[in-house]
Amino acid sequence: MADTRDIELTVNGESRSATVETRTSLGDFLRQALGLTGTHLGCEHGVCGACTVLVDGEAVRSCLMLAVQAKGREVTTVEGLSNPDGTLHPLQDAFWRNHGLQCGFCTPGMLTSLAAFLEENPDPSEREVREAISGNICRCTGYQGIVDAALDAAKTMREG
Amino acid sequence: MGVRYVGAEVQRMEDPRLITGHGRYVDDITLEGMLHAAFLRSPVAHARIGSIDTSRAAELEGVHRVLTLADFPAELQKPMAQLYPAPPIEHNKTQYPLAHDEVCHVGQAIACVVADSRAIAEDALALIDVDYENLPAVVDVRTALDADAPKAHADLDTNLMGRLGSKFGDIEEAFAKADHVFSASFMQHRGGCHSMETRGVVSRDDPWGDGLTLWTSAQSPYLIRRALAAWLGEPEERVRVIAPDVGGGFGPKAGFYPEEIVIPLAARMLGRPVKWIEDRREHFVSTTTQRDQHWELEVACTSDGRMLGLRGNVTHENGAWVPYGVLLPFTSLVPLPGAYAIPAVDVGLDMVFTNTVPNSPVRGAGRPNGIYAVERMVETIARELDIPPAEVRRRNYVRADQMPYATGALLRDGSPATYDSGDYEGLLDKVLELSDFAGFDERRAKAREEGRYLGIGISSCIEDTGVGPYEGTTVRVEPSGKVLVQTGAASQGQGHHTMIALIVAENLGVAPEDILFESADTGKFPHGIGTIGSRVAVNVAPSALDAATKVREKALKLAAELLEAAEADLDIENGIVSVNGAPDISIPLGDLAVKLAPMSGVKVPEGFDPSLEATSYEGSKGAPIASGANVAEVEVDIGTGEVRVLRYSVAHDCGVMINPLIVKGQIEGGVIHGIGNALFERMIFDDQGQPMNTNYGEYLLPLASEMPRVDIVHQESPSPLNPLGVKGAGEGGTIPAAAAVVAAIENALSDFGVVIDDYPVEPQYLCELIDRGMAQAAE
Ligand code: FES
Ligand code: FES
Repeated sequence: MADTRDIELTVNGESRSATVETRTSLGDFLRQALGLTGTHLGCEHGVCGACTVLVDGEAVRSCLMLAVQAKGREVTTVEGLSNPDGTLHPLQDAFWRNHGLQCGFCTPGMLTSLAAFLEENPDPSEREVREAISGNICRCTGYQGIVDAALDAAKTMREG
Repeated sequence: MGVRYVGAEVQRMEDPRLITGHGRYVDDITLEGMLHAAFLRSPVAHARIGSIDTSRAAELEGVHRVLTLADFPAELQKPMAQLYPAPPIEHNKTQYPLAHDEVCHVGQAIACVVADSRAIAEDALALIDVDYENLPAVVDVRTALDADAPKAHADLDTNLMGRLGSKFGDIEEAFAKADHVFSASFMQHRGGCHSMETRGVVSRDDPWGDGLTLWTSAQSPYLIRRALAAWLGEPEERVRVIAPDVGGGFGPKAGFYPEEIVIPLAARMLGRPVKWIEDRREHFVSTTTQRDQHWELEVACTSDGRMLGLRGNVTHENGAWVPYGVLLPFTSLVPLPGAYAIPAVDVGLDMVFTNTVPNSPVRGAGRPNGIYAVERMVETIARELDIPPAEVRRRNYVRADQMPYATGALLRDGSPATYDSGDYEGLLDKVLELSDFAGFDERRAKAREEGRYLGIGISSCIEDTGVGPYEGTTVRVEPSGKVLVQTGAASQGQGHHTMIALIVAENLGVAPEDILFESADTGKFPHGIGTIGSRVAVNVAPSALDAATKVREKALKLAAELLEAAEADLDIENGIVSVNGAPDISIPLGDLAVKLAPMSGVKVPEGFDPSLEATSYEGSKGAPIASGANVAEVEVDIGTGEVRVLRYSVAHDCGVMINPLIVKGQIEGGVIHGIGNALFERMIFDDQGQPMNTNYGEYLLPLASEMPRVDIVHQESPSPLNPLGVKGAGEGGTIPAAAAVVAAIENALSDFGVVIDDYPVEPQYLCELIDRGMAQAAE
């Protein structure tokens, strides 16, 4: 009954193939079919940003993209941010040091959004960071720890 | 004693999992054979339900069961119980887990479909036919008590759920001898929960094994166990409730919801695990919220602005049901008389049914409302008598030398409400300095030259924290030397793991990373209360301290025998007991643990109970009173009515801080929540009770781009009520925020005589006030 397609894509550096229902979102696909539950769904209508993943390096809301649209693309989730040897991405480390998270539910989306942003903007101002995460809602932190973490990570990455 | 952790900014121990995507929230749990549920919810605010036809839905491929109340076992076709029975409740209206013959708000659950996938379950919802006979709905709390108002429940001839009051001192005398009496009336609206993780439940029933297990995104797993076991008529031991990682709570997740009955029942009936995850629209219409209160107050004062008495009435919106007793309205009156020594108070409160989502506490519960009300009266006095607002506050504060200060009010248990410690004027001095209050006139004048309108506002607050009776801790040393620490307290991001581990590490003498932490699982720790009302640190710190100390004492006693040394000459560091000055004479805690928990045929050392462990339920001797003084600086665009908070300063006193990093995060998050209440968050219903903004495009939450930095300075007035001197820190950011922001807006618009009588302060409303002020000035 359900309309399905076969897709192949790369997720966190590994190539994966699956048969998916055409109506399945990328977010549901990552969580349910691949078990990558680090990507969170907070609103499923494109506003909260919790579901953000990188598709070919760009921050994308995985609740608004269908799994079939990811065919042939390269997807990075929060699980793929740290280095293969397990060391943390500078953003992850900075979130930890700056108390950039409380409940942790918005965190994966914040990290992926900021990872894409810092790629393009290695030396942002506080205002630019705040604008960059204006599509990511955090109910816990009041954003300050997140903003401090982003600026801190940017510095670390620049000093490389 | 070993390393000191308490008071140090230690990075959180829960973070490595969460920043790498390895948290375990309810929706991350997958069980063998698990099915998925979706709920049919009422599309109308008030209706009688005729027939419910589920036959077409049941036939859809992939659907396993469609449940209505009629499908429950006969003895379970009954309403939910009141969680907090209280004498003021005159009409104890609790809902059926699935609607019986009447629905009373949009979003009330009517039927539940269980299917192979969530998508199929949702498809099936559209195939259920319900016959609604619409009834008139009551929506506006201000007119709900009018004789001709529609009634929220068809079998009641009133919308008055009950009445509360706060009364002490001689109110007649206060008003008789006053130089002035000023009055004010205003609406307060506080929005919903909006934790980024919605609610969700996974349940499995294993009648021959563990019994019924519930994983739920909740703040109070023990309350849920009790309520569910009682509702089912089964022993609590056969119901296990686990709160795994929870993505924010903020109050509404502290209750017991219909889904926490329906999902386990479905799992039991189908013999398979069932998962339900609330979607965001459901969150708006089925998770309890906090909404309208209408306050009408009079304050009696002297000509120099000293408050003598406060009286008036509050109309409190209750929503359709009473799931949570009178906790929310009660906490609106508890903060009276705020940070001030007001000798007489007489404020009544009407709790009123409406055909809207039931109400429950949201961060701060009613305390932000009560504090806002008192601060409004302070601002009114300042305006009417032309005394600077800071000065009115100074003249009225409870002074540090009056501590402990009995306000005159009585607590629920009949004991006198008492402020245990603090220095409220000290907080004001600190926040005025932090905010460069003295330099504001210059900033305002300069901005005005550019046509910009700046304003500054102050707010002071007290907060009763740490409600008892307990939150216990078990500390057990394992043979490996690792230390298992267990508690009932559920975390929704507050960092309990870190906080408790640091106390145990410091007082037992182990490294924090050697602590294994388990919490919020009724199958692992027998008793608990829940994470509400800034209570966990106050209650669990004493029990963690006590349990760790007892384990330490037991370890030292046994080690003294084994090492043939005096206990006083021993110390424990990094998990090793050694003789001071002779570090080679030592024994690891793990070895002591083995001696106290031997295998077959080996004796437990004489004079010792088995196991190197202790459990404690030590708590606080009362509710410590935290306090704060805040300053908001805003800019108002008089053309668009847009308000921008430029700067926000907090002086905060939560007693001794266990981890200043966590306290800082709690305050920052709390303040931003409070600013959201002041400026953005409003649940809008039309006059038929239809919610108008059930998505984040239309219901506005504070965003990073619009929020200021929050500057914080601490004052530490240790609480005399518990051994660590701590007070709660979870809500002190939110409680005073709306009052400070609203005062700042009025200050910015003082030229136009703007007085705000409603929040959130939305642009259109503000433009109307500005226009009115301009017209009056022109006359
Ligand atoms: S879940 Fe995708 S933006 Fe909220
Ligand atoms: S940390 Fe909880 S929503 Fe951001």
